[in-house]
Amino acid sequence: MGLRWLALLIAGFILAIPTAAFADDDPTPSESPSESSSATVDSTATPTDVTTEEPVKPSGPGIAVTLVNSSDKSKEFPKGRPLEGVTLTVIDSSGAEVGSAVTDATGLAFIPVEALDTYTVELDEDTLPDGINLNGSNQSDPVKMRLMAPTYVDFPIGATKGEKASFGDKLAQSLASGIKFGLIVALAALGLSLIFGTTGLTNFAHGELITLGGVLTYTFNRSVGLPVILAGLVAVLLSAGFGWAQDKGLWAPLRRRGTGLIAMMIVSIGFGLFLRSIFQYIYSSSTKTLSQYTTQGAHDFGIIKLADKEIAIILIATVAIAGVCVAMMKTRMGKAMRAVSDNPALAASSGMRVDSVISTAWVLGTAMSGLAGVLLAVNSQVNFLMGFKLLLLVFAAVTLGGLGTIWGALIGSMIIGIIVEVGPLFGVPSSIKEVGALVVLVLILLVRPQGILGRRERIG
Amino acid sequence: MDLMDVLRAALTQALGPNAIVFALAAIGLNIHFGYTGLLNFGQAGFMSVAAYGLAVTTVMADLPFWLGIVMSFLAPILLAIVLGVPTLRLRADYLAIVTIATAEILRLIFGSVEFKEQFGGSNGITGYAKTYKDMNPYSGELDLGILRFSKDDLWSVTVGWTLVALGCLLVWLLMRSPWGRVLRSIREDEDAVRSLGKNVFAYKMQALVLGGMFGGLAGLFLALKQASVVPSDYSTNITFFAYTALLIGGAARVLGPVVGSIIFWFLIAGLGSIFNQLTDGADPILPTWLMTDTQASLVRFIVTGLGLMLLMIYRPQGIFGDRREIAIDGR
Repeated sequence: MGLRWLALLIAGFILAIPTAAFADDDPTPSESPSESSSATVDSTATPTDVTTEEPVKPSGPGIAVTLVNSSDKSKEFPKGRPLEGVTLTVIDSSGAEVGSAVTDATGLAFIPVEALDTYTVELDEDTLPDGINLNGSNQSDPVKMRLMAPTYVDFPIGATKGEKASFGDKLAQSLASGIKFGLIVALAALGLSLIFGTTGLTNFAHGELITLGGVLTYTFNRSVGLPVILAGLVAVLLSAGFGWAQDKGLWAPLRRRGTGLIAMMIVSIGFGLFLRSIFQYIYSSSTKTLSQYTTQGAHDFGIIKLADKEIAIILIATVAIAGVCVAMMKTRMGKAMRAVSDNPALAASSGMRVDSVISTAWVLGTAMSGLAGVLLAVNSQVNFLMGFKLLLLVFAAVTLGGLGTIWGALIGSMIIGIIVEVGPLFGVPSSIKEVGALVVLVLILLVRPQGILGRRERIG
Repeated sequence: MDLMDVLRAALTQALGPNAIVFALAAIGLNIHFGYTGLLNFGQAGFMSVAAYGLAVTTVMADLPFWLGIVMSFLAPILLAIVLGVPTLRLRADYLAIVTIATAEILRLIFGSVEFKEQFGGSNGITGYAKTYKDMNPYSGELDLGILRFSKDDLWSVTVGWTLVALGCLLVWLLMRSPWGRVLRSIREDEDAVRSLGKNVFAYKMQALVLGGMFGGLAGLFLALKQASVVPSDYSTNITFFAYTALLIGGAARVLGPVVGSIIFWFLIAGLGSIFNQLTDGADPILPTWLMTDTQASLVRFIVTGLGLMLLMIYRPQGIFGDRREIAIDGR
């Protein structure tokens, strides 16, 4: 019993770290122009560049957006050539149009608004100059307006030059980003699969374990001031600690009470909602960037272009996944874990300490999900919903590969990652490219419910 | 701190249109989860197809209002069949994953830019509710001091609680019939039912369709009472909140979802109002480094999450339920 309270205390402590770090910090988060400009470390372009700038002087409450073509930079326009005559529309949280404006010669559009609310900026693609295509959605992430003053929208739309790349080139490029995305999903999916295998729990709070990695990295990077790599390392370690504490404080007592698996699944839904709301409470709903590696120039490798950080993400994920797979195949603990997931009762009667095996699975699984969150934060941005958005894709990957199998989770994730990124080339609307993967999930259950590598008996 | 205000906000929400939406959705989930043991995590999907069925038929296709209502009943039935065929033969958590995924697919498609012509994008669709509003017999608002409804809300409340009452009557009649007893025995032991020669798949499918229709009714009512259909109203959280409401009241009880929704909204609105007052004004009672007014609106979600966990751990049968009648031991 004492251990349980200690575990709860540790879990609470890990969650409270950011609060303590924020206490002596300015509580107004992100959106301030100074922060988004300080985020620009590298001057070269990536396709998805942040197009917010600060030299404009609009007054009064409103949303200010500066639209530049980040792939067309020159000495005159170091951040990219401004795009003139593009219509931007601001939509409030109830979905009603607040107003629209056309960007001027400096690429600036200012839309006055009257109330504090969460706004979304929508770009009218028909008004883009010829030869310029959007990459990504034509809607910005929701922006929370906190002060009755100009709010600078972090508009993660990079207007890139519409070069007519050949289909082969596009395919190669999307395959590369699909593999990168698939590896991140695979880390989370392996974590989910380990926990599902040993405990049978379909963990709906798993997305928040991914988010935890991302937000902890943000805290140690921005509030404590560690370099991103160190902050990521600390985040993974703390994630592992959170996994241990979570098992000892919550799930182990439930297992001892003999709580049913479906009841535990619903508990995990409540736990997920709880964690998600706490993240939103501490970090607000705005999207944030780390201090380093936000924009990097891409190296040209012939048919594909990759930035340094993308190469690093692929390498780190590959090494971590390979390490876990080898450990699962070769070490005593790995064998014990596979034995427990095969048949817990038999494993227990063979003298294995099932509870400590499960505990290890939680630590390892949460650490891997945390690492997925760190890599996701480095790859794009930090948001309290980043993991929740990924959760269904992780479920899809695990189901596709076969619930509870390690290699299945790996193969499933790569397929899901590639489908998500390559889908738009084959007609999946690019603003909702996740839909392709979810449709594949539903279809695969029609023809092969046990997944690619799963065994028939597991589906009951 | 004005306790009267808190009470008024809580009561108005607990008896208002929002609680009705959740009561209807939770009645559907009760048929799925409470009586049959099906884990439908995509009730939001059923709600959205019904709401969009009405809105798209009436506004985008410019067909009569009543045809739209018919569409919003047909759409959830179709969705239930499409979902049920691949998953009802599998273990419970497969249905959970597929339904939650489908609800997200639908929400993303309804809100996407590419289908703006058909579904109105993230702004949604408005301008179909005139027929419904014109039927309003009330001429003024209702103000009982601690309970206050506008003219429109009063009409919605009348229609809504009538629907809930009829729904409860239907569920009560069905569940004491032989058909309802088969559903309960499927929840307890599927194989035993199968060995008695019952077609388990058909019964599960009927339950899925019926519960989905209640979900559709919830979506239709939501669309009518707020006169607009917006994709963000049909997020996964709605399903989870409906489950919370159901579990508060007690699954596998006719009135469980209704009482649960009333209590859920009473607590949610009451908490919201309390923390709103605590953080309101120039010199709030709670210091701003601890809680700002935007953070105050999140407290209720934190409490909901925690409440759902504790409820499931310590009293899974809710207020009225019977512990022996809860389908929580499957694998």
